[in-house]
Amino acid sequence: MSHKPFLRAIFVVGRKDMRIYYRKAPVYIFGLLLPTFLFFAFFVGRQLDIPKYFPGFLAMSLFFTSSSVGPIIVPWEKQAGTFERLLSLPVSVTTIILGDMLAGALFGLIISTFIGVLGIVLLGLSVTNVLLLAVLFVLGNACFAAMGELISSTGGRTPSNVMMLSALVRFPLIFISGVFVSLSEMSGPGIIVAYLSPLTYLVDGLNASMGQSSVIPWAVDILVLVLFMTIFTFGTRKLLQRNLMKGM
Amino acid sequence: MASIQVEGLIKRFGQITAVDGVSFNVQKGEFFGILGPNGAGKTTIIRIITGIIEPNEGSVTIEGIDLAKNPLEAKMKMGCIPEIGNVYQDLSAWENLDLMGRFYGLSHRERVTRSEELLTALGLSERRHDYVRTYSKGMRQRVSIACAMIHQPPLLFLDEPTEGLDVHSRRVIVDLVKKMNAQGSTIVMTTHNIEEANKLCHKVCIINRGRVIAEEAPEKLRKAYESFQTVEVAFDQKVDLSSFASDHVSRVEACGDKWRFFTDDVDEAIKRIARIREEQGLKIISMVTAGPSLEDVFVRLTEEGR
Repeated sequence: MSHKPFLRAIFVVGRKDMRIYYRKAPVYIFGLLLPTFLFFAFFVGRQLDIPKYFPGFLAMSLFFTSSSVGPIIVPWEKQAGTFERLLSLPVSVTTIILGDMLAGALFGLIISTFIGVLGIVLLGLSVTNVLLLAVLFVLGNACFAAMGELISSTGGRTPSNVMMLSALVRFPLIFISGVFVSLSEMSGPGIIVAYLSPLTYLVDGLNASMGQSSVIPWAVDILVLVLFMTIFTFGTRKLLQRNLMKGM
Repeated sequence: MASIQVEGLIKRFGQITAVDGVSFNVQKGEFFGILGPNGAGKTTIIRIITGIIEPNEGSVTIEGIDLAKNPLEAKMKMGCIPEIGNVYQDLSAWENLDLMGRFYGLSHRERVTRSEELLTALGLSERRHDYVRTYSKGMRQRVSIACAMIHQPPLLFLDEPTEGLDVHSRRVIVDLVKKMNAQGSTIVMTTHNIEEANKLCHKVCIINRGRVIAEEAPEKLRKAYESFQTVEVAFDQKVDLSSFASDHVSRVEACGDKWRFFTDDVDEAIKRIARIREEQGLKIISMVTAGPSLEDVFVRLTEEGR
């Protein structure tokens, strides 16, 4: 297969998603308002060691924003009747997934970069490994955008139901991934459960890049995030293709 | 070389076989109609041929390209108006066309030129920048047609394109599709509207229960069912002929103030009608004989399959 139509399909799908779905209310509610409320609930008004907890907060906001666009696209398109048209265009299931991921990841990247830069400048925090931070930003956003895609491909065609499922999956993750309790302070079953969450590796990697205590080598953090992203992407492809074999 | 070659398509949904060994060829420049009752498998066939869903078995070749092996290249050759293929309602007609043009790799200049041409031809140019969600159903369908034609495809698929539309929108769409066909594009259309298929199609394929039960030019199909002729009679007074029986009249049905006799022998049927006229003291106001319509053939063929 030629690369040109493949890449074009990804970018046009991504562009379409940005143009249409960045303006949808659920994206703002679940991607921006929710992490903001959580920030106020857990970080504001308490005597916290800001440099210690900032990487966790940054990871949480990145996680919420990048995974907020994906869950609405496929169900929204199925409900509006545009998904069938999209499939008839020169695209494949893979290019649709990658295009949707691109839109989700870019949304997360813009918001999390803004929060990151704002935090670093206003709070005077230091970054000890800029390259690692950049790699984790790109990889984390891609990984959690893929996770959003996986949630959206579960078969539902009602966006509100899929968003509910999305909240059900995402909420527990932030409590087990070292965002509010540092990984170095976890022990026993807590740390085992934490290792099952992809968010743990982003939090740990961001800790490493910002000079905080990290319990996993950063190369392992990156590898595990790549692994999760691959699993999410292939899982989405498998689910969408299975749904298409069953009909529209 | 055929524009479309469909070989042995089979599609199962669980225990149900929706498409059962369908094969047909569509020649370049042909206007090809797929007819069938609800649930016959027409839309599933179109979805498979346009690459929306994959078959369990069989192959589709589009302009010489194997759809399963090179789906993106094959899709570049076609424009498609799916049955529930809405356009993006959060975009304007202009933005929808621009988006579709990008999918087909058109340059900025090509997108602008084609969008202007199509929106003018479809009577939408004044509202080109309004959101599609503010359009009527007919206008939305016209945008949908324009989106499928933006790249001037050699092959156009239309799944029930005029279903539920007003007369004006229907005419605009039919005229544009006819024009594309006259310019050399191959058209494949599914429809419930047999009269429309009769007028537009060079060849029709009748599907029932997922199988092809007839594939012929409409006129040849009608000729093949010449024995299925009708005599339509209007009498001067009300008369009940529902229990009418004759060796040469297979069925009698009321059509408004007229009676329609289905017969394999027009001469015998008219003689029998004349005897009724005599016996009951009726006066014949009008009498018309006709060969089978495509609709009669369709009904007969699909009833045979039940």
